[in-house]
Amino acid sequence: MRSKAAAKPYRRHIYQGDPLAAPPPPELMVILDRHRGEPDALITALEEIQAHYGYLPENSLRYTARELGFPLSRVFGVATFYNLFQFTAPGRYIIRVCKGTACHVNHSAEILSHLKERLGIDENETTADGLFTLQTVACVGACSLAPVLVVNDVTYGNMTPAKAWEALAELRGESTDGPSKEEVR
Amino acid sequence: MKPVRSMVLVSSDPESIQKGAQEVFQRLQQEVQAFGLEEEIAAAMVGDVGRHDAIPLLIVYPEAVIYGPVKPDDVRFLVEEHLLKGRIAAGLQAPARELSGRIAWLSARKGTLPAEQRIVLERAGLIDPEDIEDYIAHNGYEAVGRALSEMTPAEVIEEITRSGLRGRGGAGFPTGTKWRFVAKTQSDTKYIICNADESEPGTFKDRLILEGDPHSIIEAMTLAGYAVGAHEGYIYVRGEYGLAQERLGKAIQQARQMGFLGEDIFGSGFAFDIHIHSGAGAYICGEETALIESIEGKRGEPRSRPPFPTTYGLWGKPTVVNNVETLANVPPIIRNGAAWYRRFGTSSSPGTKVYTVLGSVNVTGLIEVPMGITLREVIAIYGKGMKRGTSFKLAQTGGSSGSIIPASLQDTPMDFDSFARAGVSLGSGALLICNDDTCVVDLATVLLNFFRGESCGKCTPCRIGTERTHQILTNLSEGIGKLSDLDDLLVLADGLNQLSNCGLGQTAAAPIRDILKHFRAEVEAHVRLKVCPTGVCSMSGRQAKAA
Repeated sequence: MRSKAAAKPYRRHIYQGDPLAAPPPPELMVILDRHRGEPDALITALEEIQAHYGYLPENSLRYTARELGFPLSRVFGVATFYNLFQFTAPGRYIIRVCKGTACHVNHSAEILSHLKERLGIDENETTADGLFTLQTVACVGACSLAPVLVVNDVTYGNMTPAKAWEALAELRGESTDGPSKEEVR
Repeated sequence: MKPVRSMVLVSSDPESIQKGAQEVFQRLQQEVQAFGLEEEIAAAMVGDVGRHDAIPLLIVYPEAVIYGPVKPDDVRFLVEEHLLKGRIAAGLQAPARELSGRIAWLSARKGTLPAEQRIVLERAGLIDPEDIEDYIAHNGYEAVGRALSEMTPAEVIEEITRSGLRGRGGAGFPTGTKWRFVAKTQSDTKYIICNADESEPGTFKDRLILEGDPHSIIEAMTLAGYAVGAHEGYIYVRGEYGLAQERLGKAIQQARQMGFLGEDIFGSGFAFDIHIHSGAGAYICGEETALIESIEGKRGEPRSRPPFPTTYGLWGKPTVVNNVETLANVPPIIRNGAAWYRRFGTSSSPGTKVYTVLGSVNVTGLIEVPMGITLREVIAIYGKGMKRGTSFKLAQTGGSSGSIIPASLQDTPMDFDSFARAGVSLGSGALLICNDDTCVVDLATVLLNFFRGESCGKCTPCRIGTERTHQILTNLSEGIGKLSDLDDLLVLADGLNQLSNCGLGQTAAAPIRDILKHFRAEVEAHVRLKVCPTGVCSMSGRQAKAA
């Protein structure tokens, strides 16, 4: 009986091969192996992957789901929930303008709009030369220096739009060999 | 720790580091070696020491002389004068923050340190946070030793209950009661969680405790574990707090080596261990059930309550979730007794509270003062008055989740009950002091923009309510608001407050209600006159319309 039932037409499907046919790259495997069998390790694993690549490549999320035994939806759900995670490669300098309350009443919004204008990018975008990524942050806990901006790990306090741009221009000047602590300050 | 003649501490909060603390510390080590003093002098970077007016600070113990702001080039002179010749270099000392005669019950400590009542921050800035022996030398692990050898778990809970300690995370729930709930729930496994996901804008008190005195949290969690019968603890630390995580990690290692964590602590047969869990940047994870979800490796969305975490918490087991500052109060209470603790603060809110004082005051920074002090006293004594003769308009408490406190309430004692009676909340301990230049509509817009971004989206009142109120406030600030908008705001604020699933949505409405209650005239000016009285709001929508 079943074989005689009218066969539904097959939906046209172009098989492009299993994106995960190859095993994960060894550096990713090291991270995933460390967290196998730990049900609470998903966030920690993603943090380590991001620390390695600078962001979360899409395939690394797929591998994470497969290797650690989570549904892919859960991995994507967690990764998109937390502000820490990003899905595109960041620029060399991640500029984070603080828009906490203390910084706001000291006019941090002007700094942000000035940087947007001068860099020609919007929030969470990276300049074409791959140098600067512009982000905002709710508070960095340096409120007595307000308004502040943080470039990578260096905090710049008591900023004005002009001073902020100056600081970036300085970074641009030395971007060939990366920031050294003395020069940044 | 080897006995040393002097201990030199360098402040290393982000601001100090920006102002050259790292160089000062390196120079210090070089100079100490150059003078051949490395056997006698110990040096350490101690994180935030609670004052930001003359940083980087260099503190020399046992004399407790504070130098600041110290430039790298001053270090050689300081080492030669103070550490080699034993003369205090008066010219480089930080200006003393002395006690005004007005509040006699605030006891000054050691003359040059800020005149505050320090219980929670007792050791921060006084000890080397990376050295467990220094902590032990300052009464460390004494409370847990006493509790494990002389007290039953019920007696520990009783002591905390009698001390009247209330949660410092914002809600003010009695800590002893919370512990008793967990203690009496039957379960084979229970957990202690320390909530160190301090993400309220403007609040960094917990960071100071974690960086300056990490062992106190370990000791407090062990006490909590003993009291409720838990053998495992988690510290959920905000991802941005790298130094705090590093120091906690070291502290846990040291405590394990010394036998203060692990199996059979103090030979009592009690076992307890602690894990660190790093947050990943989500404000909502400060909410206790969201935090639990996050530790379980999921999206940090709050659970519906009941059941409360005290019966159904981490992995479905009874769980105590306490804020860092709350826990830091526990060892001193066990050590000195509940009666001692009740000497500070008010009768319904005993103890002290750590505040970060920010904004338009002359001196910003971190203070620990008894509960019940008034805002006027904080501004006058610790803030050294308003900046450049401007006058006080309002204070915003507790990062974002607090209230907007108008000048008319600046003589209300700051404790949980007095504030609740006045219809405002203490929040998490940030005090943003604003002067006349601040526009209340603009301030509320910023706060709602924050909540709009941080709402997890799980429940509709919060997801839509924060979005709608932010839109209306933006309209007001652009000069295209209507009078009926103000009524809509109140309706939405009520909806947010009563229907939201968790504290985020419930407190998101507070700024709206506060500005409409205390600053209605100013808000109406944005609508009736199409003018922002302080000149902060752009009113750009109106110009766009006219053009």
